[in-house]
Amino acid sequence: MVLKVFFPSCCSSAESGILIGRWILEQNSAVILAVVHFPFIPVQVKQYLSEVQRVTKVSVSVLGSWSNSKQEKEESLSEFLEDLGTIFSHEPWIQISKEGDSKFWSCSTLQKHSNNPKEEEIILVYYDQRKVMLSHLHPPLDTATSTDRRADDASKLSAIFDTVAKSKILFMTDRYDDGPIKLTHWQSDGVEASIIVELMKQASVPACMLLTFLLSLISGICRSRVLKFWPLSFLWSKLSTCEQLGHRLQHLQVISSNKKAQTQTQLMRKANVFVSLLIDVALGILLMSWLYRKNRIGHLADTLIPVADHVAEELQDLLQWLMGAPAGLKMNRALDQVLGRFFLYHIHLWISYIHLMSPFIEMILWYVGLSACLGLTVALCILSDIIALLTFHIYCFYVYGARLYCLKIYGLSSLWRLFRGKKWNVLRQRVDSCSYDLDQLFIGTLLFTILLFLLPTTALYYLVFTLLRLLVVIVQGLIHLLVDLIDSLPLYSIILRLCRSYRLAAGVKFRVLEQQDGKPLRLLMQINPLSYGSVVQTYRLPTYSCYPKDSWSSLCKKLFLGELIYPWKHKGEKQD
Amino acid sequence: MEERPYRSASGAPIALRRRQHSASCRELAVRCPRLQLRSLSAVTSAVWLAAYGLFVLSENSMVLSAAIFITLIGLIIYLHFVKIDQESLLVIGSLGIQVTSSYASGKESTTFIEMGQVKDVVINEAIHMQKVIYYLCILLQDPGDPQGVSEVVPLFQSSKPRLDCLIEVYKSCQEILEQRKTAPQSS
Repeated sequence: MVLKVFFPSCCSSAESGILIGRWILEQNSAVILAVVHFPFIPVQVKQYLSEVQRVTKVSVSVLGSWSNSKQEKEESLSEFLEDLGTIFSHEPWIQISKEGDSKFWSCSTLQKHSNNPKEEEIILVYYDQRKVMLSHLHPPLDTATSTDRRADDASKLSAIFDTVAKSKILFMTDRYDDGPIKLTHWQSDGVEASIIVELMKQASVPACMLLTFLLSLISGICRSRVLKFWPLSFLWSKLSTCEQLGHRLQHLQVISSNKKAQTQTQLMRKANVFVSLLIDVALGILLMSWLYRKNRIGHLADTLIPVADHVAEELQDLLQWLMGAPAGLKMNRALDQVLGRFFLYHIHLWISYIHLMSPFIEMILWYVGLSACLGLTVALCILSDIIALLTFHIYCFYVYGARLYCLKIYGLSSLWRLFRGKKWNVLRQRVDSCSYDLDQLFIGTLLFTILLFLLPTTALYYLVFTLLRLLVVIVQGLIHLLVDLIDSLPLYSIILRLCRSYRLAAGVKFRVLEQQDGKPLRLLMQINPLSYGSVVQTYRLPTYSCYPKDSWSSLCKKLFLGELIYPWKHKGEKQD
Repeated sequence: MEERPYRSASGAPIALRRRQHSASCRELAVRCPRLQLRSLSAVTSAVWLAAYGLFVLSENSMVLSAAIFITLIGLIIYLHFVKIDQESLLVIGSLGIQVTSSYASGKESTTFIEMGQVKDVVINEAIHMQKVIYYLCILLQDPGDPQGVSEVVPLFQSSKPRLDCLIEVYKSCQEILEQRKTAPQSS
C-alpha cells in the first residue's frame, strides 16, 4: 500500500535530526510534527515524548530520520541514521534525505518485520503547519448530524487536522529554551503572541464580572412583581421593543458568562454575538447623532401630527366614499349611514386624542429617541411600535368590521341550513336533518333574507378595512425582517472568512509540484475555505421570531370567514 | 503528457489532456470551448443598440452610461461566475479524487473527495430534452449501508464531452481505482 508522509513546509530547511509525529496505522500515513536535532540522548527524547503524549492524548512517537546535507551524501551518516532505527523501534522507519538545495528529496522506508519485499510507493505531502493548526474543519452537514461514528470511520483529513491542533504544547518550546531537546517546527523561531490579545484577556475578567453584576440587577428589576400586574404585562407582551430588549439582554448574558467556551462552535457564537452587539450599538449611536444634529428630531415631531391628521382625513374621505355609491355599487342606505357615522365618530375621537397629546409629542419623542443608543434594532422596533400605535384606529376598524362580518356569515350559514331543513349538531359536530315548525321556518327565512341583502354593505366595509390592516401589517413585517437580519447575521464569521480564510476550512486541495523520476510524488496540501453561504448557514444566530404560522390557504380561508388574523406570532406566545 | 481533440455534446471542439505524475497519480483536464469573439460582439452591440434606442426616445444621456456600466458589470460577472475554462480531475490513489473547475477570470473552485468515500466512477446516461447524453460521475459510499450509494457527483458538467472522451477518462480512473482493491489491506 502507498505510504503517505505529511511533512511541514517549515521544516524543509531544518538541520539533520530525527522526525517525531504521529503514525496513523489505518491510513498508512505519517504526520510529522517536528524535527529533533543532534545531539540528543535517546532516553530523554523518549521521556519528553511520553510527557507530551500524556498531556495532549496524541500518540506522538519517533517516526524516522531526516538528513539535510550540504555536500554529497555521507556514508557514515546514513549508517548512523539506520542504527537510530534500532534504538527507536518504529515500523516502518522513514528516512528522508535532502542534498544541497535540491527540491527533490529521496525517501525510503526500512521494514524489518514485513513479509512484503516490494518497495512501496511513497507520497510526500507538504502542509503549512500554522494554518492547519489554527484551522477548523467543517464536515458536510449531513455527516455532522450523525454522532455515532467510530474513530476509524472518521475521515482521514480530520485525523490529520486533529493531530496538529492537539499538539499545541509541542510547539511551545522554541530554540531559545535551554532544554535538552532542540526542536524545529513552525514556532521554533520564537513563540508568537499578541500584546493586545493578552491585555484584552486580562481586562476581560473584571469586565465580565461587572457586566454579570449589572445584568443580575436589571433582570431582578424586570422580574419584580410590580411589573407583572395585568395592564402592564399585557402592554409589555404587545410591544416588540420589549422583546428585542429581552433578546439583547440574553445575548449580554451569554457574553458575560465566566465559563470559557469549550468547543469551537461556542467560541464562534460568543464572538458573533459580541460583534453583532458592538455593530448594533455603533449604528444606533450613529443614527442618534444624525437624528439629534440640526434638531431633526424636533422636525420629526413637528411633522408627526400633520401626518396623523392627513391619515385621518384620508380615512374620512374613504368613509364618505363608502357612504355614497362606491365603485358604482348600490349600498343599503340605512346600514351604510349607521356604519359610516359610527366610524366617522371614532375617527373624530382619535383626532381629538392626538391633538390633546400634541404638546407632549416632541418631548416624548426626544426621550424615546435617546434609547436608540441601545442599538439600531431597538430603534427599528420602536419605529414599528410607533407605527402600530399611530394606526391603532385602523386596527380597531378592522376588528369591528371583521366581527360584524363574521357574525353575519355565521348567521347566514346557520339560517341557510334552516332553509334546507338541516341543523348543526354541536354534540356530534355534524349537520343533521331537523323538522322545524312553520313559525320557526317563517322567522328564519325572513332573517335569512334580511342578512343576505345586507351582506354586500358589510362585506365592502370589511374588505376595505382588511386591506388597510394588511398594508400596515406588511410595513411592520418588513421592519421586523430587517431587525431579524441584523440580529441573526454572523458578522464575526464573515469577517474571519474574508480576512483569515484558512481558519474556516471546508476541506483541502492538493497541488502537484514538480516531479522527478525515481523520487517520491510531491504534493502540496492547501486549505479549501468554506463558502460564504455555508458560513452564514452554519453560524447563524437564533432569533426569537418565527415566520407566518398560517399557510396561504388557511390565511385565505380565515379572511373569507371573517376570523381575526394575527400573521406574526412570536415563539413562546401561547396560541389562542 | 498528451493532448487530444474531441467534441462536446453540442458539437463544440474540446481537448483532453492526460498527465501521469506517478504510478498512482493521474491528472485529466478537459479544456472547454473558449469565449467566442463574435458572440461577445453580438451581445454588446445588441445591448448598446437598445440603449441608443431608449436614449432617442427619452433624451436622457444617463441611459447610455448605464448601458456601458451594465455591459461591463455583466461581462465581469459572466467571466468570474459563469464561464468555465477548464475542468480537471486529479486522481491520487489511496488519497482521493480532486475535481477542479477554473473560470475564465482565473478563479478556481475545488472539491476533494477522500478515497474512503468513493465507491466507484461510472458513466451514466441522462435524458436531456430530446437527447440522450452520457456523463461521468463519482458514486459516493453510504456510510451506513455498504451496498448503498449516498450521493452521485457528476463531472465535466459544463464541457459535456462525448462518449469517446468519457471512455478514455473512465479507463484512466479505473486503472488507479483498481489498485486499491489489489493492495494488501493494512491491519
